[in-house]
Amino acid sequence: MKGYKFRLLFIFFGLSSFILEAQNTKATENWETSPGIIGTIVLVFIVIFIAVIIFLAKINAFIDKMKRKNIEKKRIEFSDELTDLDDDEIDSILENRKKALKYKLKGDELGGKNKVVDKKGLVKRVRKDPSNSFFDQKKKTPLSIETPKELKEIVTYYLAAATFWLLFGTFIGEYLGLKFVWPELDSISWLSFGRLRPVHTNTVFWGWSSLAMIGLGYFVIARTSNNLIHSYKKAKIAWVLINLTVILGNIALMAGINNGGGEYREYIWPIMLLFAIGLIITFYNFYKTVATRKISEIYISNWFILAALIWTIVLSIIGYLPFYQDGLGETVIQGYYMHQGVGMWFMTFTLGLVYYYLPATLNKPIYSYSLGVLAFWTQMLFYTMIGTHHFVFSPLPWWLQTIAIVFSVGMFIPVIAGSTNFLMTMRGSWNHISKSYVLPFFLVGVIFYFVGSSQGSFQAFRFTNYVWHFTDFNVAHSHMTMYGIIAFLLWACIYTILPKLNGKEPPQLLVGAHFWLAFIGLFAYMISMMVGGTLKGMSWMDGEPFIESVIMMQPYWVWRAVGGSLMFLSHVVFAYNLYYMIKKEPQKKSKKVEKIKGESVNV
Amino acid sequence: MLDFNTNHKALVLTAFIVFVVLSFGVAIFPANEMQKYQPLPEQEDLTEQEFKGLKIYNAEGCVACHTQQVRNIEMDQVWGKRPSVPEDYHFSKKRLDVWRQSASVLGSERTGPDLTDIGRRQPSESWHLLHLYNPRAVVKESIMPNFPWLFKEVDSNRVKASDVVVAVPDEFLDDKSKKVVATDEAIQLVAYLQSLQQAQMPENSEPEFIPFSKKNKKSNDQTTEASSGLDGEKLFTSTCATCHQSTGQGVPGAFPPLAGSEVVNNKDAKKMIRIILEGYDEMEGYAAMPGFAEQLSDAEIAAIMTYERSHWGNDAPEVTEDDVRKVREELENTKAQ
Repeated sequence: MKGYKFRLLFIFFGLSSFILEAQNTKATENWETSPGIIGTIVLVFIVIFIAVIIFLAKINAFIDKMKRKNIEKKRIEFSDELTDLDDDEIDSILENRKKALKYKLKGDELGGKNKVVDKKGLVKRVRKDPSNSFFDQKKKTPLSIETPKELKEIVTYYLAAATFWLLFGTFIGEYLGLKFVWPELDSISWLSFGRLRPVHTNTVFWGWSSLAMIGLGYFVIARTSNNLIHSYKKAKIAWVLINLTVILGNIALMAGINNGGGEYREYIWPIMLLFAIGLIITFYNFYKTVATRKISEIYISNWFILAALIWTIVLSIIGYLPFYQDGLGETVIQGYYMHQGVGMWFMTFTLGLVYYYLPATLNKPIYSYSLGVLAFWTQMLFYTMIGTHHFVFSPLPWWLQTIAIVFSVGMFIPVIAGSTNFLMTMRGSWNHISKSYVLPFFLVGVIFYFVGSSQGSFQAFRFTNYVWHFTDFNVAHSHMTMYGIIAFLLWACIYTILPKLNGKEPPQLLVGAHFWLAFIGLFAYMISMMVGGTLKGMSWMDGEPFIESVIMMQPYWVWRAVGGSLMFLSHVVFAYNLYYMIKKEPQKKSKKVEKIKGESVNV
Repeated sequence: MLDFNTNHKALVLTAFIVFVVLSFGVAIFPANEMQKYQPLPEQEDLTEQEFKGLKIYNAEGCVACHTQQVRNIEMDQVWGKRPSVPEDYHFSKKRLDVWRQSASVLGSERTGPDLTDIGRRQPSESWHLLHLYNPRAVVKESIMPNFPWLFKEVDSNRVKASDVVVAVPDEFLDDKSKKVVATDEAIQLVAYLQSLQQAQMPENSEPEFIPFSKKNKKSNDQTTEASSGLDGEKLFTSTCATCHQSTGQGVPGAFPPLAGSEVVNNKDAKKMIRIILEGYDEMEGYAAMPGFAEQLSDAEIAAIMTYERSHWGNDAPEVTEDDVRKVREELENTKAQ
């Protein structure tokens, strides 16, 4: 064990040189894998990429020129119209303009010695001293945005269902974590590890994250298109279908009916078909709303959201069609499917949400629209190619593995573009961190977006794969991304929007409890699995008997269970916060009004 | 052109088409190519029994913890004698039925051992059954779930002749008056596990393992030259300890102890060599032992035996490679006659 510590340090600090060394040894046999070749391919690709951009820009300029001719034509038509105007018409236009120019403010509209009267009842509560000096009260944002009642209802429905699945799914996860420490916690077939594990992953994927994303997406789509949702009824149908998928799918899994054990497509096709139909309905609904938008621009969020939906529909069809899935064909599709499930669905959709909710909560525009566009297209080009990096050193074709590794490196482009954009948007607003937990949730999510994704790219390298693949390190990575990125960003969006929709904000103390429990829990989870996973890989490389690595992992599994418990606890707090934000209390409201009246008399 | 920010049709259509084209190149086309691999000459299709076992393997989610791929890197050498090749999966990765696709047996997580070659590494049916009934009966530190629903508890006087009774040590029984009988499902699952054996590749076409570093490659070459430097303890742990336990005490009621055993301590090692080569099923109250003639070389058997005969209070002379070879030749001659 002494040797381990030394080598662990070596790996963490000398990673790059180690990669080179490992690659050099097989320079002759596997020349394609040497960093020089891979680097060159990347460089060549960048050149081609830039060439394509230049080419497209040129074509664009040509087409713009054609369009400009059209505009010139319209301008001439307009001036003709002006010269045709009557004298009377011109007079009335000029008089109106004169009046407008003469108008002046008195100067005491916003202050002076006038008596303060709240004629419209805008002030709800006046406080002079915060009751809690540790948790600074957030400045209350102007609440109750004008939102149709039906849209509020849709958002609430989706988020409430999502939260239920979060509680259920992570409870199962917690239970599974405990089974690593006490394998004989129960001996019931429906609750055995092999059957419950997919219940955990599928529930948090299709239940929690997907429903929360779609719910938050409905608000973004309507708001940024300045439009009403195409059909509220369709939104409800999709809600039913997706929830039904998760319920039926989980029952089937626990009964031992699964599609073949490939991660995230364990639900058999008749059940997953319901989900696909739900997605198609949602896509249609979103698309129609955007198509009839009241402004000409399609906001960048909607790019991501629409694309995520269309890509995921294609993905689930390719993932389930049987024609190419015998033998290792299934394995190729499995790598493609499970990675795109994360990348094209959860990541793309959530990024779209952040492009709206982050600027919205900071009350300023996104730092760079163009960076968002760059992130969008590179996300599509690079993410699609990297699925096989889950099968490095497997019997899948070496060229497919190499493509996956190369494009994993390419993933740095959308990741850096996205995280830079978000961080630059936050710049200058850091004081929000002390005012509420919305920005901290965003910040943690964005930092994990950068760290988790980059780490994933590094993990794809052949050397790092050598140590980490098949170990618990994978579990750390998937929680760092699905939880650190997706869940944290979704929470940030939920805490941004629900108080504005319903006018009720949960106590900062409870939001803070949610934040810190989730964050510390995730950290304990992540670190224990990373360290344990690395030691496990080392043990295998040393050729120790397999059971040694199981014994060695015991303390790390205990720590993982501790972290998992904190995470689960945070979800209970979150569930209460959500309940607080969406519950209806018509009676209490009238009491408040009376109170305010009473106070005003005293003043 | 390039007016995606105002033209929703162009935006969605471009995203859709590019994604489909990329997906075709990186998923559908290579997947279709991978289906074309034919099985190796010596490979056999799964029997009906084994195929049913595969379905249970899939239903119970065994793939969550057990991989079935020997990667072409040095550390995976313990799981098979060669790296896995696409041909290996021709028979086992077929669509299971209308509702289920082919099982994702390659796996992504190695919480438990790789099973590519488990049929050769652990050929004993009794061991597998006991291990499924309660893994901790044979591997104390195991965290694998137990699968009691694959077994029935039957009163000892009602056991039928056709029943497969599992030799379960008393401490793992709830009701000591009853016998544990394997259901059809358990038998099928074990049949599938026993069928998992790497097929022989045609001469000289075996892919090689990538060594971890140059140094390791050199030292490996040296050890093959000087075969006497084999580590008996390591071999014992990987081959024998699952049944006889690392303490040499065996599992009462299932696998006999080696510590203090008459056979092991006998100065004449011939009987012990025969048992290891041929297997043994003559001890009352214990499960049958499979033979290891194909799996272990003479030198390896000698190393293991020497370790066994000098530990846990045992005291018997060393066994050499020559001793084992003589017995092996003798056995082959008697078979030939």
